[in-house]
Amino acid sequence: MKQYDLTKNNIIQFKPERVALDAKHVNVFYGEKQSTFDVSMQFPKNRIIAFIGASGSGKSTFLRCLNRMNDDVATVDGQINYEGLNINSSAINVYELRKQIGMVFQQPNPFAKSIKDNLTFALKKHGIKDNKQIDQVVKSSLKKAALYEEVQDSLNKSAMSLSGGQAQRLCIARAITMNPDILLLDEPTSALDPISTKKIEATIKELSEKYTIIMVTHNMQQASRISDYTAFFHMGHLIEYDKTSKIFTNPSEEATEDYITGHFG
Amino acid sequence: MSEIKNKLLKPSKATKQDRFGRRISVLCIGLIVILVASIIFFIATKGMATFISNHVNPIKFLTGTDWSPSQKMTGALPMIVTSFGVTLLAALIATPFAIAIAIYMTEIANKKGSKFLQPIIELLVGIPSVVYGFVGLTVVVPAVRTLFGGTGFGILAGSIVLFVMVLPTITTLTIDSLNAVPSHYRKASLALGATRWQTIYKVILRAALPGIMTAIVFGMARAFGEALAVQMVIGNSALMPTSLVSPTSTLTSQLTTEVGNTIMGTLPNNALWSLALILLLMSLFFNLVVKYIAKRGQLK
Repeated sequence: MKQYDLTKNNIIQFKPERVALDAKHVNVFYGEKQSTFDVSMQFPKNRIIAFIGASGSGKSTFLRCLNRMNDDVATVDGQINYEGLNINSSAINVYELRKQIGMVFQQPNPFAKSIKDNLTFALKKHGIKDNKQIDQVVKSSLKKAALYEEVQDSLNKSAMSLSGGQAQRLCIARAITMNPDILLLDEPTSALDPISTKKIEATIKELSEKYTIIMVTHNMQQASRISDYTAFFHMGHLIEYDKTSKIFTNPSEEATEDYITGHFG
Repeated sequence: MSEIKNKLLKPSKATKQDRFGRRISVLCIGLIVILVASIIFFIATKGMATFISNHVNPIKFLTGTDWSPSQKMTGALPMIVTSFGVTLLAALIATPFAIAIAIYMTEIANKKGSKFLQPIIELLVGIPSVVYGFVGLTVVVPAVRTLFGGTGFGILAGSIVLFVMVLPTITTLTIDSLNAVPSHYRKASLALGATRWQTIYKVILRAALPGIMTAIVFGMARAFGEALAVQMVIGNSALMPTSLVSPTSTLTSQLTTEVGNTIMGTLPNNALWSLALILLLMSLFFNLVVKYIAKRGQLK
């Protein structure tokens, strides 16, 4: 495999008032093994930011740091600032944090409950009991996730009866029932067929009007189709982070160029 | 060309092995089926003899409260009530402990903790029931006597001994069912901002519920069928239990106590076979319940 200078990088900065989330010098260790090296990057509000890079480049690991899903599996060093607070600190209430920063995983993972119960799960956990309000949230979340038309007559049917694409949109709907600020998507379409993928991409695009969306993808066309900014990770290092149009037409780092043109390694 | 044709039409060594293997397994399965069928048939005919050749009314057998077959009194209700009593009480005490231990081992403890606990629970399974009975007789019975009065023998002492005996059964099966809950349920729940306790209580236990129910029923089947340890602490007098500390008898303890003192073919012997038949029917019933729960509880 070709060696690249991992210390050379090109990372875009944003004006402070545009920044939703600001990571500074994040290092992640799985036991002795370090998987993310000194990653610093800012995430602008109401934009879609895509992480690309080969398997094992540390992009998913870094994504999971952003709502503390690495807590039990890895040690995370560094600062992640959200609303003026370092959320990577033991003083933070992670349960409240995850209400603000929601997450959707690679495999659609609905609970073996009805469609409606999947959506009301988080609401009930956080003490919302008013039936009218709950119905309202169920409806609006399904609409935002572009699933309402397909399931409006079968809200009480088991979520296990949905197709893969529908189940994933249900998971997105479930993640936005708490009206989060930021949505993390970990390869949300890699287990889905092209038609479902297209629907989810459209959903993500629409959601970016209200939420900041950070997604990991293995599909470079997907990154170029829907994201506003793209970050390229290589061997645990953030190599390049810039406007998507620039990354895909005129990258400034050699590693990025090799990766997007398929001349990697 | 014709050689290939020949080969395709003729059975080879592999096909013969295949047939041989299939015959062996059919034979083994057949043997077991015949064995089970003949056990059921044997116990059923023996157990029915009380009603057919001794002309005991089956309803009176099940509802009568006086048991003294040598004097033609065959009311088995005290044993039935006691058997159910110790079984339910033992399951009732054991289940919360079992679930707590299982949750601790699967969701909370680190690897070291569960590695330490695992052999302890497995050890409980391996202790012979006579040892449980002996400990029950020397520790539990006097303790019950001092705390609750009476002789100390009875349903309470029996339940406490059975509680320890069924605890590992329920715990191990509950652990298995908790481990079978897909890990993405945990991730999904945590990512929605649920706390660890909410995740365990609302998601993991809910998803594992059929498995936990099965575990409880298995534990109850074990408690229902246990003879020796119960016999040592229950008091062995075939009387209707008047309280949790009055000496009484279970179906199994009555069988082990009396079986040596009866003559084949007489009413006292036949009456014991009828008790055995009730035990057999109950274990079939427990099996059906487990099957039913497993079928109903599939994630869908």
